[in-house]
Amino acid sequence: MATRKTLITIMAIGGIGAALAACGGSSRDGGTSASTAANADTSLSGSIVIDGSSTVAPLATLTAEKFHATAPNVNVTVGTSGTGGGFEKFCNGETDVSDASRAIKDEEKAICDEKKVTFKELLVANDGIAIVVNKDNTWASCLTTDQLATIWGPDSKATSWKDVDPSFPDEALKLYGPGTDSGTFDFFTKAVNGEEGASRTDFSPSEDDNVTIKGVEGEKGGLGYFGLSYYEQNKDALNLVAIDGGSGCVKPDTTTVQDGTYAPLSRPLFMYVSDTAATRPEVKAFVDFYVANEQTLTADALFVPLSPEQAATMKTEAAALAG
Amino acid sequence: MNGATRTATAAAQRSVHASLTGHRHRSITATIFVAFIMLSTAVGLISLAVLLFTVLQDGLPYLDPILFTNGPSMDPNIAGARPAILASVLMAVVLVATALPVAIGTAVYLEEFAPKDRWWIRLIELNIQNLAAIPSIIFGILGLAFLVRGLGLGPVLLAGALILGLQMLPTVIIATREALRAVPATVRQGGMALGATRLQVVRREVLPAAIPGIATGSILGLSRAIGETAPLLMVGAATFVSFNPSLLSQYTVLPILIYQWIRLPQAEFQGLAAAAIIVLLVILISMNGIAIWMRNRYERKW
Repeated sequence: MATRKTLITIMAIGGIGAALAACGGSSRDGGTSASTAANADTSLSGSIVIDGSSTVAPLATLTAEKFHATAPNVNVTVGTSGTGGGFEKFCNGETDVSDASRAIKDEEKAICDEKKVTFKELLVANDGIAIVVNKDNTWASCLTTDQLATIWGPDSKATSWKDVDPSFPDEALKLYGPGTDSGTFDFFTKAVNGEEGASRTDFSPSEDDNVTIKGVEGEKGGLGYFGLSYYEQNKDALNLVAIDGGSGCVKPDTTTVQDGTYAPLSRPLFMYVSDTAATRPEVKAFVDFYVANEQTLTADALFVPLSPEQAATMKTEAAALAG
Repeated sequence: MNGATRTATAAAQRSVHASLTGHRHRSITATIFVAFIMLSTAVGLISLAVLLFTVLQDGLPYLDPILFTNGPSMDPNIAGARPAILASVLMAVVLVATALPVAIGTAVYLEEFAPKDRWWIRLIELNIQNLAAIPSIIFGILGLAFLVRGLGLGPVLLAGALILGLQMLPTVIIATREALRAVPATVRQGGMALGATRLQVVRREVLPAAIPGIATGSILGLSRAIGETAPLLMVGAATFVSFNPSLLSQYTVLPILIYQWIRLPQAEFQGLAAAAIIVLLVILISMNGIAIWMRNRYERKW
């Protein structure tokens, strides 16, 4: 009897779930279907394998999605193995395009050379790292890079805001940041502490930037860092800190990230395209699609678009791909 | 003598009755123990209830037909999970078709046919138990080196399914052996006495009798495999796949899609992730339902 009851309960739960799934009141209107565009090119077919940085993934995913609408017979997949993991597969000839939140390292390039994988480097977007503090933090509207190093240095003993600057209140310093595998962590540590990976270790790391947002939101003395796009999605929850890299306080925004005045925390993002893969028309078409739509794609993926000079360089590089 | 035994039995029955119904004569230790096990149950049930509640609260508004018909998108208004749902279901089918027969066959051989005193049989048994304790990421590395690169299968669904199958083998083998062991020896002896061969006894008597236990073990293994992420990321499952998966195509599965959505900054994707969790839960609960149905259907009392 008992088991029969269990069975009935389970079937009831399953049934409710199925019923809800079938007729749940949707909060979405469905928008306009992106499945096929009017000018769809059905002559292209095949598949494109993209992997690499999880920072660049939203941009690659958006591009893949929009490209799929114009070339419905091309299957594009995007993976997120991280910049380093992406290059490992890329240089092994397993992927066509590798997303990267930094330029390829010499030792990674050496592996590519060894496997005879040649490529073009496309600077596809700009990214800025936003430093954020709690809404109730009235004292830290601008921090110098030295103060950042005091906070985040590998030997940092700062436990209170007072330790960062004597004029700051004695509020406990709670630190949040990305996990040590992320490109953002590599970039931040290199820019602030001078050495990639050099960071104090007693902070709350998370691969999920929403954890950082929630943490800083809930702690008066909280401080965290992540990509500028995450801040723009959560403007109301957090305060943005301007950074003084030696020439005055600069807040990150499109202009300051693009022209690099938001130093040292703005960076370029890359896609590496294999020359062998680019001989396939669908891969070449994908690259051309990105070059043609770069401004809207970067903006929609919440990155900072390319400056005219950067766009021109990318166009030249893309044109150099065998096609 | 006889009377003394009867009195003792009656006393024992009374005390058992008292401790079962509970009000009188309960020792302090027993009270603490009962309180402890009730507390343990409560911890489990309450956290489950809170989890279910938050997931349902966040996910129900997003549990709509779009989720089942559309592919993933960076626009939360049209984002769906169709390729991931199909891949998860296809993955389950491949696991049932490949890993289960191998696991059940291994268990039947080891339990019913293998010469138990041989050193190599003991070595196999030891290795199966060790296999159960290996972290899933190690299976992923094995899959990458052996299936994806070694055999040149590439990062396709079949490679992922095979590696998950390998990972669920020990769970199913151990559960199946336990189920076979629970079939009374008299059943085998009876069959043999009637002139049946060993194979006939196993096929017609022992195996049907063990089905409830085998089903439970299989579903446990299968459910774990369907919720798995780490080894699949290792063998190259993508995170963005807009086409329906086949055995030899790139793929993504529900847990990976959930992980991907939770990482995105837009609040709508948190809701979508919760909705995808509900779908995954319904798939798992339905699978469990099948196992329970099979257990009830085939259950025998000896």
